[in-house]
Amino acid sequence: MTHLPDGRYVDDAPYDPQASIQQLERRDLDAPNWILIWRKFKTHKLGLISGIFLLLCYLMLPFAGFLSPYTPNERQSDHLYAPPQSVQWFHEGEFVGPFIYPITAEADLETFQWKFVPDTDTPLPIRFFCEAGEYNLAGLIPSDTHLFCAPEGATLFLWGSDRLGRDVFSRIMYGAQLSLTVGLIGISVSFFLGIILGSMAGYFGGKLDWFINRIIEILRSLPELPLWLALSAAVPSNWGPVSVFFIISVILGILDWPGLARAVRAKFLSLREEEYVRAAEMMGASSGRVIRKHLLPNFMSHLIASATLSIPAMILGETALSFLGLGLRAPAVSWGVMLNDAQNLASIEIYPWTAIPMLPIIVIVLAFNFLGDGLRDSLDPYQQ
Amino acid sequence: MSILRYAIYRFMTMLLTLLVVSALVFVIINLPPGDYLSNQIAELRASGQSAGVAKAEFLRKEYALDRPLYQQYLIWIGFIPGPQGFSGLLQGDFGWSFEFDRPVAEIVGESLWLTVLVNVAAVLFVYMIALPLGVLAAARSRTWVDYTSAFVGYLGLATPNFLLALIMFYYGHKYFDLPIGGLMDPRFEGEPMTFEKMNSILIHLIVPTFVIGTSGAAAMMQRLRANLLDELGKPYVETAIAKGMAPSRMLTKYPLRMAFNPFVADIGNLLPSMVSGSVLVSVVLGLQTIGPTLLTALKTQDQFLSAFVLMFVALLTLMGTMISDVLLVLLDPRIRYEGRET
Repeated sequence: MTHLPDGRYVDDAPYDPQASIQQLERRDLDAPNWILIWRKFKTHKLGLISGIFLLLCYLMLPFAGFLSPYTPNERQSDHLYAPPQSVQWFHEGEFVGPFIYPITAEADLETFQWKFVPDTDTPLPIRFFCEAGEYNLAGLIPSDTHLFCAPEGATLFLWGSDRLGRDVFSRIMYGAQLSLTVGLIGISVSFFLGIILGSMAGYFGGKLDWFINRIIEILRSLPELPLWLALSAAVPSNWGPVSVFFIISVILGILDWPGLARAVRAKFLSLREEEYVRAAEMMGASSGRVIRKHLLPNFMSHLIASATLSIPAMILGETALSFLGLGLRAPAVSWGVMLNDAQNLASIEIYPWTAIPMLPIIVIVLAFNFLGDGLRDSLDPYQQ
Repeated sequence: MSILRYAIYRFMTMLLTLLVVSALVFVIINLPPGDYLSNQIAELRASGQSAGVAKAEFLRKEYALDRPLYQQYLIWIGFIPGPQGFSGLLQGDFGWSFEFDRPVAEIVGESLWLTVLVNVAAVLFVYMIALPLGVLAAARSRTWVDYTSAFVGYLGLATPNFLLALIMFYYGHKYFDLPIGGLMDPRFEGEPMTFEKMNSILIHLIVPTFVIGTSGAAAMMQRLRANLLDELGKPYVETAIAKGMAPSRMLTKYPLRMAFNPFVADIGNLLPSMVSGSVLVSVVLGLQTIGPTLLTALKTQDQFLSAFVLMFVALLTLMGTMISDVLLVLLDPRIRYEGRET
C-alpha cells in the first residue's frame, strides 16, 4: 500500500483488468479434472456411501484375524450346527455389558437332532483384547490377540456354527480375504489384456483389428459359466490353495476382457483421427507413446468406472465356481466354499444360518454396482 | 443385398465361428494332463486287473486317443477318417462316454430338448416381465413404481443365481406346493409325451424359469426404461401431448415402438448369460438338462461327453444370436447389414 502525496492510498500490485473476470469464470475450468469429478461424485450419495463402505471392507482384510473371535478352521466338536447366539446387555433387568448365555448341546431323541439350550442363569461377559487362536496379522506378523473372544469355557457363535463346528462369523471374515481379492486380481488381468488388445485393434486397424475383433466376438457369444467350468476343471487338483486361487482369478479375467477391449477399440477409432494425435505423430512420437500419453488418459476414468461395474460379476463367478466344487477348495476359506455346505435343502430348512454368507455377497455386489453407477454419472463434470 | 442373402451370410459366419469354437473347446478339454483312459489304465495296472486294461486299451485305439492331438481333433470333428472311417460330429457320431460306458448320444438324448425348453421358457419369461415393468418404470419415472422396480432389479442382479434357486425352491414348495427337483414327475421319465407329462413339465418349469430369468429381466428392464426415457424427452412427444393425445395411447403409439429394438438386439447379450445361468441352476435344482451332465463329465475328464455338451451349449447360443440378428434387420429398416465399406 502506498500513500500518495495527495492523500490517496494505492495498491502496489500491478493492475490486471481481466483478473476478476477470470477468477470468477475460469475457476472451475482450471481445476484439475479429478477435483471436478470428486465434487460431482460427492452429490451422488448412494455411490459415496457404497465407496466408503467398500474402502472399509478392503481395509479390514489384513486385520480379519484380529476382528474375528476364532481362526477359520478351529473346530468346536461339541457344537456342531450351533444356532447363532445373541449378545445380551441386560441380565434380569440389570446392566452387565455385552455378555452371552452359554449353550450346551442336548440330543433330541424325537427328531434326532442336537438341540442347543441356553443356560440363562449364568451370564458370561464377552472378553475384549483377549488371547485366543494364533493367526498372522496381514499374513506376516504372528499374533494371538483378538478384538473380542468367547468367555472362558463357553462359545461365541455370532452367526452360528457349521457342519464341523466352525464359527460362521469368523469364516466370513476370513473368506472375505479371498472372495474380495478375486475380483481385484481378475479385473487387473482383464484390464491389462483389454487395454493392450483393444488399443492395438483401434489404433492400428486393418488386419490386426479384424483378427482381434473376431476373437472378441467369439468370446462374447459363448456362455461364460461352462467355459469357466471347463477351464477350472483343468486346474490340477494337487495344487495348493494359493495357486488355485490365483489361477481361478486369472481365468475369470481371461474371459472378461472382450467387453473392455470393445469399449477401448471404439474410443480409439474415433480419437485417432483427432488433430493432436496427428500432431504428436508428426513430431515423431512412437505409436506406443501416442497410445500411452495422448490417447489412454482421455478415457481412463471411463474404463475405471466400467471396471468397477464388472468386479461383481467376478465375485459372483468365484462364488459359483467354488459352490460347484470346481473353484477354491477347502482348507481355503471363501464365501463360495462356505456356501458349498449350504447346497442342500436340509441346510436351508434346518440350519438356515449356514446360508448367511449370501448376505455379504449381495451387499458387496450391490455396493460395487452403486459405486460404478455413481462414478459413471460423475465422470463428465461439465455436463449438468 | 436382400434379407435372404444376409441370412445366408449370417449363417455362414455362424458355421465358421462354430468351427473356431470347436477347436477352442477341444483345446480346453485337453488341457488337464492325462485323460480318462490313461488314468483308468494306470489304476487297473496298479490293482492288477488285466482284463480291464485290455478293454481300456481297446477303447483307446478305437477312439484314436493314442494319436497326436491335432489328429484327435480332426477325427472328432469328422474331417479325417478315424479307426472306423469317417465318424465324427459331422457324421452324427458324438463319441463314447467312458464314465457312463455308453454312447454320448444316448446319455444326452432327452436332456437336449429339455435344455432348449428351459432356455426358451426363460427368454419368454424375461420378455413378459421386462416389457410391462420397464414401460411402467419409464412412464412413471421418479415415483415409487420406478424406485421399487429399480430396487428389485438391483437385488435380482446381485443375488447369486444358485442361492435364489435354493430359496425359491424351498419356499415355493412350502407355501405354493410346487414340486421339488427335476423337470417332471419321476413316473414320466422315459415315457412318450402325453398331455399329463407336458402338464407335469410345465409345473416343474415355474421355479427354474423364474430363477434363470430374473437377472436377465432386471438388466433388460433397465435398458428399456433408459431407452424409453430418451424417447419421451423428444419434441414429438411434447407435440402429441400438446395436441391433447391421451397419455397411454401416445405412449404405445410412438415412443414404445422406438424403444423396442433392444428387445430383439439384446438377445445376443442375454442368451450367453442365460445359458450360463441355466447350467448352474440345473445343477442346484437337479433338472434333467445337460448342466449336471457337463459338471460330472468335466470332473471325471470324460472328454467326448464334456466336449459335446460344450459344443451344444455354444451352438444354442450362436443360433439364438443369429436369429436375433436376422429378426432385427427385418424389424428395423434403419439398420444397415452391408458391413461398413463406405
